Amino acid sequence: MADISTMLELKNVTKTFNPGTVNEKVAMNRLSLKVNKGDFITVIGGNGAGKSTLMNAVTGVFGVDSGKIILDNIDITHLAEHKRAKYFGRVFQDPMMGTVPDMEIQENLALAYRRGKPHGLKWGISASEKTLYREQLSRLGLGLENRMSAKVGLLSGGQRQALTLLMSTLVRPKMLLLDEHTAALDPKTAEKVLTLTNEIVGEDDLTTLMVTHNMQNAIDYGNRLIMMWDGKIILDIGGEDKKKLTVEALLEAFSKASGSAFANDRALLS
Amino acid sequence: MFGTITAGISQGFIWAVLALGVYISFRLLEFADLSCEGSVTLGASIAAMLIWKGLNPFLASIIAFCGGCIAGSVTGILTTKLKIPPILSGILTMISLYSINIHIMSIATGTSGTANLSLLTFSKNTIYGVLRTALGLEKTYVTLICGAVFAVVIIAVLYWFFGTELGSSIRATGSNEKMCRAQGINTDTTKILGLAISNGMIALAGSMLCQYQNFSDVNMGVGSIVIGLASIIIGETVFMKVKNFALRLLGIVVGSVIYRIVVAIVIYSGMPSTDLKLMTAVIVMVALSLPIIKNAFYASSKKRKMRSEAAEIDAEVTKNG
Repeated sequence: MADISTMLELKNVTKTFNPGTVNEKVAMNRLSLKVNKGDFITVIGGNGAGKSTLMNAVTGVFGVDSGKIILDNIDITHLAEHKRAKYFGRVFQDPMMGTVPDMEIQENLALAYRRGKPHGLKWGISASEKTLYREQLSRLGLGLENRMSAKVGLLSGGQRQALTLLMSTLVRPKMLLLDEHTAALDPKTAEKVLTLTNEIVGEDDLTTLMVTHNMQNAIDYGNRLIMMWDGKIILDIGGEDKKKLTVEALLEAFSKASGSAFANDRALLS
Repeated sequence: MFGTITAGISQGFIWAVLALGVYISFRLLEFADLSCEGSVTLGASIAAMLIWKGLNPFLASIIAFCGGCIAGSVTGILTTKLKIPPILSGILTMISLYSINIHIMSIATGTSGTANLSLLTFSKNTIYGVLRTALGLEKTYVTLICGAVFAVVIIAVLYWFFGTELGSSIRATGSNEKMCRAQGINTDTTKILGLAISNGMIALAGSMLCQYQNFSDVNMGVGSIVIGLASIIIGETVFMKVKNFALRLLGIVVGSVIYRIVVAIVIYSGMPSTDLKLMTAVIVMVALSLPIIKNAFYASSKKRKMRSEAAEIDAEVTKNG
């Protein structure tokens, strides 16, 4: 049955790391989630709650033990990582992760422009692309449009994250996945990148999952908030309810939902 | 002396092909590929055997190139599909090639266990022999011209290839594999392809070398990766500030030629040629550790400066106080 309003659906997904050893860790425990088209969901939860596992399972960094992952009515559960790449724009926590440091800014953009397409023997960058890249880079307001042939390794962390964000949306993905993409930046740069994120997501009405450790950001951005704990989603707040959220209310909700006295700031914010 | 140096230069051009191959695996893929040692001999064995069998030497060299590509793919498959660590994958291929190379050379003689082949009776049917007859020049000059032309052609082809979409994805794989997969690049394929091209070129160098010295030996590849690395490092030192890819490749050719000239002079001045490998290893060791040595030197000179400044301030304080 085709479901046109759902972008991503996880059905009873389970993932256990190091099964059968002392280090056994159930990172996703029969997790189910339905993401509607156009949703901008912020994901919070303590360390080891399964946030990154969720992202990596969706993008296929590893296979899952059981359950199904459906993207826009396509079953992608068993699709190899590089084959699903065309559906997802990704920005990682580590600014070094999303770009190729040894290559030029324009070469990086060219790689992103060909995401999910076959790589043939045509020249890596065409002249018309360069105009597009210049236009897009000027949106960032960082002056990178004048440094297109500079190596990305020369850029600062914030510049790289902004560039990665641009690369991940250069070709419209079905979903944008942001895994704590501002966590490694200083507060001012983080705010800049977040504003840019909000702009890009809003402009294209992109379906987005954003993992964050900053609860205020989780409340301020997006139309829906989910909280994870112990490989499960324990809280899912959207619409008007989300607008009324406060950090205190969130902490309280966490202790109630998880049924544990562990809900202090340290557990969530560390 | 002059003869020694020109011979050095012409050999430098041949080894440059090998160094460019090593550059692809070592610098572009960041993969220290030891299969190189076997691939050099593989190229030499294939070319020597086919020339013995009367095949056109140019065709024989191309087949040697293809043989190297297969060897590189094997290393690539071992490391990507079977998840064997890179160094070990290279060693496994290298060791397998030792036996395979003996088999290949045995085809020519018909006696099993042939560990070397001489091409002296076939020297007119090597690429250098054919060109010598065609151009009517001395061997040294033929090798020089042939090597220079070859180097330029290979640089041009590599420059083109690594500028294409496919070539860019290979370069990107070496620099950030995780990101490449996120961009939909099959990094297994790009690695295998990169290693295939790298070893293909190394085997081509091996075939040229055997035709140059009219001799193929199962041990001729020993230490070749270190020689390749030495050429790369010398080239990068000489062309330090260069960013253009074609010029960087040219730098490696220059590095290889410089290395061979140094070797020629050292041997001419009386060093036993068996010490050559030790000398090469020391060059590479020093060159690779240069950044650390430089930093340590810089740090200690800074410390000394700070200490002397502190002493000055102390003196000042004592004087005024």
